[in-house]
Amino acid sequence: MIKVALRGLAGRKLRAALTGIAIVLGVAMISGTYILTDTVESAFTNLFTDSYAGTDAVVTGKGLDISIDGEKPPDPPVDASLLDVVRGVEGVALASGSVADEDSTKLLTSDGEPVNSEGWPTLGFGIDTAPAFAQFNPLKLYEGRWPTAADEVVIDAGSVDEQGWEIGDTVQISTLQPKRAFTLVGVAQYGEVASLGGISFTVFTIPTAQELLGREGQYDAISVAAREGFTEDELVAAIEPVLPKDAKAVSATAEAQEQTDAVGEFTKFFRYFLLAFAGVALFVGAFVIFNTFSITVAQRTREFATLRTIGASRRQVLGSVILESLVIGLAAALVGLGLGVLLAEGIQALFKSLGADFPTGDRVFATRTVVVSLAVGVGITLVAGLFPAIRATRVPPIAAVREGATLPQSRFHRFTPWIAGIVVVVALLALARAMFTDELGTGDRLLSIAGGVLLLFLGVAMLSSHLVKPIARVVGLPAHTAGGVAGRLASGNAVRNPGRTAATAAALMIGIALVSFIATLTNGMKASNREAIEEQVIADYVLTSQDGYTPFVAAAGDALAASSVPDLVTSVRSDAGLVDGDSAEIGGIEPGTIAAAYDFDWRDGDNGVLATLGTTNAVVSSNYAEDHDIGVGSVLTLRSTADRTATVTVVGTFEPPPFYPLLESVNVSSELFDSLYDRPRNRWTWANLAGEPTDESRAQMETAIAGYPDTQLETREEWIDREDADFNEFITFLYVMLTLAVFVSIFGMINTLVLSVYERTREIGMLRTIGMTRRQVRRMIRQESIITALIGAALGLPLGIFLAALVNRALSEFDVRFSIPWAQLIVLTIVAIIIGILAAIMPARRAAKLNPLEAIAYE
Amino acid sequence: MSESHNGAVVVARDVTRRYGEGETAVDALRGVSVNIAAGEATAVMGPSGSGKSTLMHILAGLDKPTSGDVELAGTAITQLGDNALTKLRRDHIGFVFQFFNLLPMLDAKENILLPLTIAGEKPADGWFEQLVADVGLTDRLSHRPAELSGGQQQRVAIARALVSKPTVLFADEPTGNLDSSTSHEILELLRRSVDEYRQTIVMVTHDARAAAMAHRVLFLADGEIVRELGESSAHDILSVMEEVSAA
Ligand SMILES: Nc1ncnc2c1ncn2[C@@H]1O[C@H](COP(=O)(O)OP(=O)(O)OP(=O)(O)O)[C@@H](O)[C@H]1O
Ligand SMILES: [Mg+2]
Repeated sequence: MIKVALRGLAGRKLRAALTGIAIVLGVAMISGTYILTDTVESAFTNLFTDSYAGTDAVVTGKGLDISIDGEKPPDPPVDASLLDVVRGVEGVALASGSVADEDSTKLLTSDGEPVNSEGWPTLGFGIDTAPAFAQFNPLKLYEGRWPTAADEVVIDAGSVDEQGWEIGDTVQISTLQPKRAFTLVGVAQYGEVASLGGISFTVFTIPTAQELLGREGQYDAISVAAREGFTEDELVAAIEPVLPKDAKAVSATAEAQEQTDAVGEFTKFFRYFLLAFAGVALFVGAFVIFNTFSITVAQRTREFATLRTIGASRRQVLGSVILESLVIGLAAALVGLGLGVLLAEGIQALFKSLGADFPTGDRVFATRTVVVSLAVGVGITLVAGLFPAIRATRVPPIAAVREGATLPQSRFHRFTPWIAGIVVVVALLALARAMFTDELGTGDRLLSIAGGVLLLFLGVAMLSSHLVKPIARVVGLPAHTAGGVAGRLASGNAVRNPGRTAATAAALMIGIALVSFIATLTNGMKASNREAIEEQVIADYVLTSQDGYTPFVAAAGDALAASSVPDLVTSVRSDAGLVDGDSAEIGGIEPGTIAAAYDFDWRDGDNGVLATLGTTNAVVSSNYAEDHDIGVGSVLTLRSTADRTATVTVVGTFEPPPFYPLLESVNVSSELFDSLYDRPRNRWTWANLAGEPTDESRAQMETAIAGYPDTQLETREEWIDREDADFNEFITFLYVMLTLAVFVSIFGMINTLVLSVYERTREIGMLRTIGMTRRQVRRMIRQESIITALIGAALGLPLGIFLAALVNRALSEFDVRFSIPWAQLIVLTIVAIIIGILAAIMPARRAAKLNPLEAIAYE
Repeated sequence: MSESHNGAVVVARDVTRRYGEGETAVDALRGVSVNIAAGEATAVMGPSGSGKSTLMHILAGLDKPTSGDVELAGTAITQLGDNALTKLRRDHIGFVFQFFNLLPMLDAKENILLPLTIAGEKPADGWFEQLVADVGLTDRLSHRPAELSGGQQQRVAIARALVSKPTVLFADEPTGNLDSSTSHEILELLRRSVDEYRQTIVMVTHDARAAAMAHRVLFLADGEIVRELGESSAHDILSVMEEVSAA
């Protein structure tokens, strides 16, 4: 029996291969995701382990316990005099201070543009490179020497290669100070890390780093090595007593672990995000496999019946079909596993093209990757193949002698609409629970959404065999009326086997539904974004950092303000802090000018209260006021990351559009803000011109800020357009990832068509003998494929819009617009037609190649 | 209707057909020459494997001879490409199969009209009505094949073969799948088409009664035409058949 099954499989290689591809792509995505994220994680881990290789303890400032969206601000610096104190501690063999800043050091290209403008860290270091302290230095010098003079730097190998710099070249670098020229004296890299991806670093001498990065008289960290015989923990215990209360000592192991954990969080999120796409592809693959097995089982009715007449038991028939799916599943999973290596490279390239270039080292191929990929691949194939296998056992032996015997209906056939109905209802309940229950954890909510969506797809797919006929009548209309006889036959063929067409179309439906869901939801978001900016900002120009969101050095805003061109310039500061003990972003606004650029929608108060801000008052957003049950007259205690506090009284509440509030929740005057923070940064600087903006006035303003190349000046319209474009980039990424699932469904369509052509060999032969040309045959198959694809679109588009509407309701607190992107949906429909045409190429060619004689002689 | 010089609509000269190569090669036809005259019904008989179907496929342009020439309606078809052959089939050939080969999703009327639809043509005024009346399907036109009996299905198939008024109608064991009384009806129908429309028919059959309605009976054995009879009784045909099979 096993032999029979394997022989049968060997005889249907093309079908087996097409079926397998449905699983290959999904498994490749799983394995690729694991390989990529493991590799990135290991690169980061190496980076941190390297960083602390020769260090036993680290002394830093004690940061406040602030965490905004899971991100912690870096620890504050310590006073430089602490170095000598630490050196004096019993047990300390060696100690050295260093400066490290994450995002202020911008290397500039020869055109004066920042090398990295995508939001990756742009590290700036001041490291004691004396040979005595080499053990604290995580960097390896590839070429040249370490900097010794104020105008000398060492730059990371990646940036140097990319820019084609040579030792001795002059490189422009901007920091918290306006840009300055430096001489490249060396090239370095982290020891074990092959590529830092988008991250760049620059090494200055310590005094230079202190000056440029706002650390005069300070170190960001003091690295300490223990004397022989002292453990890390003993060293920490020995140092702690001499430290002031705003500093702390941590063992190097703990410090590295903390950083590794933070990266682990990121890669975990990233991993699940990518796995979700693998899940979609596999879900679609399951449909394809189910469908293919159903068709082959139906076509092999005779064969199963013959096996039964010669004595095979039901169990043996079941076993033979299951064995087939096992073999296909395993083979496909193995191919997918290998393909994952390529896909990992592909995804990484995709991210790189979007400006997200990850650090990498040696490729990590974990055992877990192999186990999960194989288990999922084989498991899904088995599950999807089970129902058809059970149906095969229901073939009665008598079918062997009957002409045109068909597979008996499943016992549950009558109930499928009801079961489908129940599945849809359960799906809707799960979705409703996810969206409208308040006290649900994020994990629970996501699980509920994912489960609901999957069930919804399943339910609609089950129902769709009943929808195929009416839908085909509509979408088949053009083919039927204008497609000639081929079109008429095609629309007939499409509904001949509604279950088959439905399952084929359902696979495509899933991809189309997800794309239209994203298109609809994000279309509303883009509209909301535009409206939010237009409602709030009444300025002509906006100055932001190059990436558009990282706060930039306040001096850039001042430089613009110093220019005589703009009529009015106002800056909005922003930084993390504690408000009444809770983490919050604190904003700083300029009372005299802000109202000319920002249109406050006051809840309580008016523009007049701005003048009263002084150093003792604040205005807060109504959202914040509600959440914290405060109002005008309430007193708030602010604490900055520099650990300075202020007490302010709320004098006004305003209501920014919840989708995109441009001011922070709690805003004080810039004067107070600047006294709280050492290195104040702007989130926005807005400028108004007296007259109409001209190229000339713009050029003059550009000149005024030329010393701050990490900033960009845009008109309000350009700003909105850029945010749109950035968002579009992300949406495109989602689409690209979803094409994987669409590809799987295309293979499903090809498979169904090939099987149908095979099944109708004699019929096609007859058509050829009575005068159908090859072209007409091809057209007939193509039209059938297009009709199937359009059924997928007809199911998927409304489903996607429905899901978008649902999520839109769930996001009602953010006031997201709901707007159906008609143009995109039409494009999507055209894409469906193209998919239909593509899927038909091979099957149509096979059908047209059928020699009429072979076709009629065929049995 | 185009005829060649000697009044034949199908002319085969020294046709051979070899399947396979080398030691396993089978010579299905070993030099067959035959002329099919217009308006005549020709029956082809012979033992199983004697090459009947092969000959018919070659005459109808569905298969190519290994050597020899075939002319159909004045056109040499052995060298024609697929598109030209398809065109030729549309204009000159009707085909009736043993298995009816109707399209299940089309009703009887659509099935009958299919050859014209494929060619993008319409039947001449009254022709379709007359045809369906002649084959006795007037009240079954909106039925699908699954709703028709075997005999009715074959009548649909015959009507489909006749609707384009082909030069020659080929039928390969058209009654092979039917019981004897239904077979009789179908044969009557074919015969009437010869008498009434002067339809040229070439029919492969194992049934002497079927052959008895033909103007001419060819006997094939081992890939060669070994005997030929004019219009004969079933009894005579049967005895020749026995002779041929015994040889
Ligand atoms: N496609 C093929 N490949 C190889 N040999 C073939 C092929 N088709 C027919 N033959 C051989 O050619 C010979 C003639 O076959 P053909 O089908 O013409 O016989 P037939 O007279 O129609 O027989 P039957 O009465 O059984 O239908 C047979 O020996 C057959 O085995
Ligand atoms: Mg035969």
